[in-house]
Amino acid sequence: MRPFTYERAATPAAAAAAAAREPGARFIAGGTNLLDLMKLQIETPTHLIDVNGLGLDRVEATAEGGLRIGALVRNTDLASDERVRRDYGVLSRALSAGASGQIRNKATTAGNLLQRTRCPYFYDTNTACNKRRPGSGCAAIGGVTRQLAVIGASEACIATHPSDMAVALRALDAVVETVKADGAARDIPMAAFHRLPGETPHVETALERGEFITAVTLPPPVGGRQFYRKVRDRASYAFALVSVAAVVQRDGTGRVALGGVAHRPWRVEAAEAELPRGARPAMAAILDGARPTHENAFKLALAERALASVLAEARG
Amino acid sequence: MQETGSPPLSRRDALIVAAAGATVPAAATAQGGGQERADGPAPARARVSLEVNGRRRELEVDTRTTLLDALREHLHLTGSKKGCDHGQCGACTVMVGGRRIYSCLTLAVMHEGDAVTTIEGLGQPGNLHPMQAAFVKHDGYQCGYCTPGQICSATAVLEEIRAGIPSHATADLTAAPQVTAEEIRERMSGNICRCGAYSNIVDAMAEVAGTSVAGRPA
Repeated sequence: MRPFTYERAATPAAAAAAAAREPGARFIAGGTNLLDLMKLQIETPTHLIDVNGLGLDRVEATAEGGLRIGALVRNTDLASDERVRRDYGVLSRALSAGASGQIRNKATTAGNLLQRTRCPYFYDTNTACNKRRPGSGCAAIGGVTRQLAVIGASEACIATHPSDMAVALRALDAVVETVKADGAARDIPMAAFHRLPGETPHVETALERGEFITAVTLPPPVGGRQFYRKVRDRASYAFALVSVAAVVQRDGTGRVALGGVAHRPWRVEAAEAELPRGARPAMAAILDGARPTHENAFKLALAERALASVLAEARG
Repeated sequence: MQETGSPPLSRRDALIVAAAGATVPAAATAQGGGQERADGPAPARARVSLEVNGRRRELEVDTRTTLLDALREHLHLTGSKKGCDHGQCGACTVMVGGRRIYSCLTLAVMHEGDAVTTIEGLGQPGNLHPMQAAFVKHDGYQCGYCTPGQICSATAVLEEIRAGIPSHATADLTAAPQVTAEEIRERMSGNICRCGAYSNIVDAMAEVAGTSVAGRPA
């Protein structure tokens, strides 16, 4: 780890202002991803702003009938919340499918959204990575690509976003609330929060410098049967090869978001009209334009079968 | 009690210093003293007060010190083990505020005023915690390196089930989770045992929970 100075933020706005002032600053909440990356010197912040003392650790009902999840609500607490379990099962399921108990006890809602890719070339500092060192190239392209993206990738990056929680939030049309360095608040829909890699894979979200996430809001419950089907190399404590977050209504309509296939949670709203016709046409529409490698083409079939199993369970 | 000792120079720091072709003694660079590296600020120190196993401990540490290193190197509580140091193996598992975490993936300075329970606080020779006794009885280890983390984790897992926290193995999200072999295996997936004592660990946990798991009377 490189040396860094450390402060505890007093308010969200003060945290944002401090982060904007110091070019090498990072917020630290759970720290479960950031500290790992700092030990590997993939992240080399010169200043850490500890935001754990800011509160923001409650799940509250909104006037609209949804839930407002504080940025610092731990993954365990969010997965356990009675209202989340009852009305947003896909979210509780996605959280429980991610990481290990020790990580979930520490990792926060905002931190989960902001975790970095687990692309092995991002982690290997001896290789080129446009995400880790912009302009250095992408050693993953032409490399070992089994776990990497099959859709929405670019010539600069084929990494995937590793979060399970974010896939469920995308399916639920969640909104990320932030405060900027100048104190202004704004709302960013999940659909616009994570970016595709394009030419700038190191820019992963819509957040501006210093911008601080204060909460994530869920719209009123959408009902239906809710699923998070995660397929991985081990039964537990592994990242998804493919995951399917789905809300299926009694009439066969619904919504689907995928994890493990792209640089952001992958959802194509227009394709969801195909859902009542079954997994094959629906997944064909969702993954239209996919460009897998010979090593990860299996993800297309796996995604279709994962969705088919979800739809079968929804009918049953 | 005050601790002011610096942790020894890590291998990584030594390699970095060597790679940079530094001619100054490595220890002087790593331990600060106002020297600034070309690529970043000098090491910074901060004070932190922890309550470890019921006892107040005041520390002054390099800000980079993980909770695990604070426990092992500063407080000499070497029960918590450093396996991978990346949150993959679980050997460093301790409880903070009653919740199990990886002490290698958190900084000591982030725990001002927090209550930390390590394996040393859970039980002692002659006064074993029921989970420790059950691990002995069921042979829940071989080499023993992962055992402190396994026992801290196992103790917290039973509390988590009692508290109704669901897991990936919980069939009904709206019902209280039960102590089953499936639940135990899923919830213990963040602790690796390379000797493969898993089935005996499940038995030990089931006994402490007062249940028997499928096909295995406790």
